[in-house]
Amino acid sequence: MAVKTITGDQAVAYGAMLARAEVVPGFPITPQTVIIEQISEFINDGLMDADFIPAESEHSVMSVAVGASAGGVRTFTATSSQGLALMYEMLFAAAPTRLPVVMAVANRSLGAASGIWTEHNDSVPVRESGWLQVYVEDNQEALDMIIQAFRIAEDRRVMLPIMVCLDGFILSHVVEGVDIPEQAVVDRFLPRFAPVNVLDPRDPIMMNPVTPPEFATELRYQQDRAVEAARTVIGEADEEFAALTGRRYGGLFEAYRLEDAEFALIGLGTWAGIAREVVDQLRAEGKKAGLIKLRYMRPFPGQELRQATLNLKALGTFDRSAAFNGYGPVFTEVRNALYGSGITVTDHLAGIGGRDITAEMVRDMYGLVERSARGEKVRDCTWHALRGEME
Amino acid sequence: MTRMTSMKDVPREDMLTHGHGACPGCGYAATAKNIAKMLGPNTVVYVPASCLVVFGALYPYSSWKTPYMFTAFENTGAVTTGIKAALRRRHLDATVVGMAGDGGTFDIGLQALSGAAERNEDVIYVCLDNEAFMNTGIQRSSATPFGAWTTTTPVGLEVKGNRRFKKDIARIVADHDVPYVATLSVAHFTDFVRKVQKAKEVRGFRFLHCLTPCIPGWRIEPSKGVSINRLAVDTGMWTLYEVENGVPKVTYKPKAMTPVTEYLKLQGRFKHMSEADVRQLQAWLCAKWRAHYGEEAPSPPCVMPGHEEVLAHDGDPLYGI
Ligand SMILES: Cc1ncc(C[n+]2csc(CCOP(=O)(O)OP(=O)(O)O)c2C)c(N)n1
Ligand code: SF4
Repeated sequence: MAVKTITGDQAVAYGAMLARAEVVPGFPITPQTVIIEQISEFINDGLMDADFIPAESEHSVMSVAVGASAGGVRTFTATSSQGLALMYEMLFAAAPTRLPVVMAVANRSLGAASGIWTEHNDSVPVRESGWLQVYVEDNQEALDMIIQAFRIAEDRRVMLPIMVCLDGFILSHVVEGVDIPEQAVVDRFLPRFAPVNVLDPRDPIMMNPVTPPEFATELRYQQDRAVEAARTVIGEADEEFAALTGRRYGGLFEAYRLEDAEFALIGLGTWAGIAREVVDQLRAEGKKAGLIKLRYMRPFPGQELRQATLNLKALGTFDRSAAFNGYGPVFTEVRNALYGSGITVTDHLAGIGGRDITAEMVRDMYGLVERSARGEKVRDCTWHALRGEME
Repeated sequence: MTRMTSMKDVPREDMLTHGHGACPGCGYAATAKNIAKMLGPNTVVYVPASCLVVFGALYPYSSWKTPYMFTAFENTGAVTTGIKAALRRRHLDATVVGMAGDGGTFDIGLQALSGAAERNEDVIYVCLDNEAFMNTGIQRSSATPFGAWTTTTPVGLEVKGNRRFKKDIARIVADHDVPYVATLSVAHFTDFVRKVQKAKEVRGFRFLHCLTPCIPGWRIEPSKGVSINRLAVDTGMWTLYEVENGVPKVTYKPKAMTPVTEYLKLQGRFKHMSEADVRQLQAWLCAKWRAHYGEEAPSPPCVMPGHEEVLAHDGDPLYGI
């Protein structure tokens, strides 16, 4: 094991190299670009045995990835924002065709009011594409999750593509010390890709033919079962990875000081770092605060969350994507999972368009959740640190 | 394997077999079938959204004997790139072929086509050109010829049919400096066989542009596809050539130029054409003829006789059945 001081994008590239990805189509978009640049360097320096395919658009990137994965080789790519939006159609080809492509998404805001800064409104809206989605908190987790992602995606019980989402700039461009696992360790954790179905003239099959209604429902049902199965596989992979590297991430989510907590927040991404610190401050003040770092949006850990929040009086959800006319996606998922449990759930939007999230903002969030835990009526959905009108 | 130089050398075994759901007389199906037959069993086929996607394989049935994949409409160049990359890494030396329609090639698929051509990917790209988006019900594409009726270039009171001339896609692809580009017609079978054979042997990006008559789309009789293809070449509506490593070569030159009315009159999609429009089309064809064959086109076809009667096919594809 060697510690290297690298950016999140480089950590992802190391992950792809150690996972022995063989085909990597790519197209530049900030803040993901460094990933494909770094992989190109690995390949051209002879460190990584893979084909880098410079496609002419992200639609083609995902099309190449689908073709390569269908051809039976381990396939990796990366994108962000507009690039992910351009891939939209092909995301829906990879998942039902059960192609275990792994893609890093450096989260970035999307569309007009254009910005290149972090926001989750690129990846979160495509959570119904059939892809699994994991969100990481630091560069170490980014690297480790690329490796785990292949293991989960290629498990016979799953066979689904996965997005590994990392906050743009906050991780993609910030350097941290990262343990680079030994190749031998990774090889033990991640065996060679053994595809189930392959386009091979020696054993012809058809992939993704037009499917009439009498079969389409069953196909979707099987896909649904595979997403369900991923819940178990994710836990197993996390444990086995921990046994090899000492690093355990909690599987579907990580609960922090939750056992005796009366109120807590749940959210995705790097926000968990500052929230953990705020929880510690609140605990020092004698307040029973807790935190859930939600790692997976798909599979969404509904039952597990219900179990974990049994003793809470109130739960706040953190959403880093603009939500219009209502609630953010994390809120929608969480409240749906907790429906009928009697816990008050409120939504907290912050960090929109890449705005910094300060400890003070997170304290504000906890303040509101604490008030609702005490039975006070607070706003269902709050945009934090908004300049101008809200109250 | 034996070199195919004529029809008799073509393997007997079909790779796109009977039982598919194409319209009787479909030129698209005949072309796809013949190309697949010549490429043989060591082939992987990708088909984007098109007639072929619908008539070739509908779960749980398939007319393909080779591995087959479909995903979307605009990505033939890219998916075939990925498949080939995977096969190469797995040391499988198989032919990867994409078979796309004109819409999936000239229009929505142009970007991926250009990307694959520019990268000189080792795949065969076949464009099955029936001159409109047929699978969605005969809408105009940039392959639709001047004057033709389609459902988005209807014959109205003011505007009658398509007002733009067909895009020269083979030239655009050839300008990417790829190893092999050829135009094909099922009515010229020896030429057809030779070109597919060549495409099979060459390495790098190969583009086969095939004119494929469509029964309802062209409003023709199902038995007339091949004769119409022959007339397309004789009138200059289609030119048979190839560009090998940048060197263009006409592979079949008609003895004389046939007036375009001979081609138009068999097809309901042209029956409304005014004399002025036919003249305009003929003038375009004469210029194209000279550009391709490098000499003066004989003048008579360029002066149009009145044609009120000759463009008389009523457009019923089932006429005479
Ligand atoms: C992105 C997208 N837009 C539109 C369609 C609908 N569509 C399916 S097939 C088709 C027409 C195909 O035309 P062409 O490529 O000429 O092939 P043909 O139908 O003539 O075989 C269209 C428009 C689609 N599948 N995907
Ligand atoms: S609509 Fe045209 S191209 Fe499509 S199957 Fe029928 S004849 Fe063939």
